[in-house]
Amino acid sequence: MIVPYTHVMLLGAIVFLMGMICTLTRRNLMMIIVGLEIMLNAAAIVFVGAGLEFGQIEGQVMALFIVAVAAAEVSVGLAMVVCIYRQTQSLDPQCTEDSRCPAGTEKASEPASGP
Amino acid sequence: MDMTVYAVFFYIIAALIIVSAGMAITRKHMVHAVLYLVVSFLATALLFYLLGAPLLAVFQVIIYAGAIMVLFLFIVMMIRPAPAGERSLTAGRLAAAFGVCGIYVAAALVLAFMAAPEAGRPMAAAAASPFAFGFYLFDRHWLAVEMVSLLLLVALIGALHLGRAGRRNQSERKEPL
Repeated sequence: MIVPYTHVMLLGAIVFLMGMICTLTRRNLMMIIVGLEIMLNAAAIVFVGAGLEFGQIEGQVMALFIVAVAAAEVSVGLAMVVCIYRQTQSLDPQCTEDSRCPAGTEKASEPASGP
Repeated sequence: MDMTVYAVFFYIIAALIIVSAGMAITRKHMVHAVLYLVVSFLATALLFYLLGAPLLAVFQVIIYAGAIMVLFLFIVMMIRPAPAGERSLTAGRLAAAFGVCGIYVAAALVLAFMAAPEAGRPMAAAAASPFAFGFYLFDRHWLAVEMVSLLLLVALIGALHLGRAGRRNQSERKEPL
């Protein structure tokens, strides 16, 4: 006997909520990816806990696929962040090529034209 | 081994996961955030081991806490962003964000109260051996494994393409200057 099933679900719900808050309130592309990672981790916790509760190994299989999807998501997401940072010199999600960075953000100066 | 020891371990690990995740999402400096996230993922690996998934615990350490977090650290140290350059949200947007979170909490509470009463009893401890897990995975889910391998290949190609596109755009931007 470990703990009631609802406690594992509660842990997953709290961790998912933290990832959600991070994704919704931070204005930094890398912190948004961190929030996504926390949410995927919470989903994996819930799958493993449910697999133990119902005596099925499927939960662990799903958690393994979640890890694989997280790896793919992070590699592409970080490549996009680096690509955006090279173009705008900023990690603010509102700074793109088309829209100017809003006032109050520290935007690094454009690279000076070299000789 | 006394069964309550497992429960004590569970609550310690759960507190560790929640505290380190909370520290990770509130840090200003991204290196600190990523390091707290590593602690959170290692604690999750312990939790997987406790819940009877030893192979998954090892994968969590190798892939999540190892590969993914090292990739994060590598990118953070490569682009070295300004630590205090984050714009704060306006009150309306903050209210919208916490409104979405509130809807989620309300839905979770409704589901928790609708749960069957027998969900309150403690779960029996069990563990899937790595042999059984791997056999089941490749016996029943071989197609999904192939699809995941294809997904990882596509992610690799996409990351390579994005890296090259960024460099090309930068050189094009510099050219007219």
